[in-house]
Amino acid sequence: MKRPQKNVPYLSTFFLIGLVSLWAAACRSGGQEAGPRQGKARIIQNTGSDTMVNLAQAWAEAYSPIHPEISVEVSGGGSGTGIAALINGTVDIANCSRKMEPAEIQRARESAGKEPREHLIGYDALAIYVHKQNPLEEITLEQLAEIYGEKGKWTRWADLGVKIPQAAGDEIIRISRQSNSGTFAYFREAILGHSGDFKLGSRDLHGSKDVVELVSRTPGAIGYSGMGYGTGEVKKLRVARKAGEKAVEPNSETTLNGTYPISRPLLMYTLGEPDSHLRAYLDWIHSDAGQAIVTQSGYVALPKK
Amino acid sequence: MSGRRKTAVLTEKTMEALIRLCGVSAVVFVFGIFFFVFREGYDLLPRLDYREFFTSIEWYPTSQNRVRYGILALLAGTFSVTVLAMLLAVPFGLGAAIYVSEFCPPKRRETLKVIIELLAAIPSVVWGFIGLTVMNPLIIYLFRVPIGLNVLNGGIILALMSVPIIVSIAEDALKAVPDTYREAALALGATRWQTVYRVLLPAARNGLLAAVLLGVGRAIGETMAVLMATGHAVHIPTSVFDSVRTLTATVAAEMGEAPVHSDHYKVLFVIGILLFTLTFLVNLIADLTVRGIRNK
Repeated sequence: MKRPQKNVPYLSTFFLIGLVSLWAAACRSGGQEAGPRQGKARIIQNTGSDTMVNLAQAWAEAYSPIHPEISVEVSGGGSGTGIAALINGTVDIANCSRKMEPAEIQRARESAGKEPREHLIGYDALAIYVHKQNPLEEITLEQLAEIYGEKGKWTRWADLGVKIPQAAGDEIIRISRQSNSGTFAYFREAILGHSGDFKLGSRDLHGSKDVVELVSRTPGAIGYSGMGYGTGEVKKLRVARKAGEKAVEPNSETTLNGTYPISRPLLMYTLGEPDSHLRAYLDWIHSDAGQAIVTQSGYVALPKK
Repeated sequence: MSGRRKTAVLTEKTMEALIRLCGVSAVVFVFGIFFFVFREGYDLLPRLDYREFFTSIEWYPTSQNRVRYGILALLAGTFSVTVLAMLLAVPFGLGAAIYVSEFCPPKRRETLKVIIELLAAIPSVVWGFIGLTVMNPLIIYLFRVPIGLNVLNGGIILALMSVPIIVSIAEDALKAVPDTYREAALALGATRWQTVYRVLLPAARNGLLAAVLLGVGRAIGETMAVLMATGHAVHIPTSVFDSVRTLTATVAAEMGEAPVHSDHYKVLFVIGILLFTLTFLVNLIADLTVRGIRNK
């Protein structure tokens, strides 16, 4: 009988938290339904790729002084999340760092009855990052496949003929992304082909920035992330397609002329033909002002027409 | 007069009904959560290859080649991090509780309690951030290992998160032991340590067990902090310096982008069912143990 009745306040706290979150969820879903579909627009909902979230945010901020009647709300979550939200009708524009898959297009047709429209807005080059003290300067796609691929055998920096100063041991610390980020899927396809898989045991981080952050603090690490995330603390490797070919530095020139092997288009998707407000926003993104922000964010702007 | 009486009776009845509703709602919520988690995952249950699920370390949920759902490495990750966290947190937590409740001068006790409760108020994502940016370089530097995001890092972070819970509940349990026990022990000539060891700990064991188990619950259920601090690598650990990935972190990291109602999405809910079952078993065993102790 004399047990301390400690569980009572805990239960009621959980109960309260539950109630509050239910209420919050209810408010959220209600608000979202009303959001993008109001006749006289106002809020452009923009969700998707984590790679593009900083860029999309920068656009939204630059656009609001020019068009104060329109506010663009940006969130991340990944390319897949953006597409799913577009199909569900909760967003107006989905940011995507890969092409929509046929299955996704099919689902959009079925559940929304509209054809997704693709808008190319820039390019991203995935840079291969190593610690700044790593003497390695260039790498080939084949070597990356040996390091990252399921069938690859390399686990030591000695396999590449490199000695890392200061590192304890020469294990290659592979840094990757969570298994359904667009960056993960793109990198897998770029180095391992369509049906390849990564070797288990890589550190799978949850954001583009985290990859660079961890590489900068770990002498034996190698990681891949958007070109725009580079800092002074890490080194970007030059990349060659094959041994014997010239290794190419990741920059805007090499991305646009197609010589840098790991680059991809950045896309925005709308469902059907965009309405006038969305059209104006997309046109502005394609203008010089919009494209200047692409360059500022560390990505590669579209070639000038 | 009778009108007033009627209102009083009515208020009484309403309050009683409200309070009963609160009590019952906890049960409803628990079953509701279980029901929804089960509903999302159940139609995968008959199709799932259980041998692969429990004995394979190959976790390839988005493979274009062959999708494989093996959670052995994730189970090992959850287990190793939780065990290490408890090895660190239980002695520290119980020690701190004994100090605060039995040995500490009253003024210092108040300060200590406030600080310990402050520790409990730090959000888990902040702990994860500490793991990533502070502990990682520190572990690399101290132990000369190639990476500091590993079992040790996750275990320390989780231990720091469960200590405040263990301390505050254990301290309450010790305080609930009647002072007459302490006086009796003193009268028999016991030293303070003997009093604690021979009288207080046995008398408060139910509460202490509850404290430890709530700590375990916190450690098993934590997501954000372990996601960031353990390295999130699918790998069976052979030492505390290996990176691992836990079940909870996997759900947290992948749920957001798994297409709704795909197999990947359902398998994450199956992991949810598994976690639910695990914690249920832990609680059940704890409850039975406590009952067993009480009936002796």
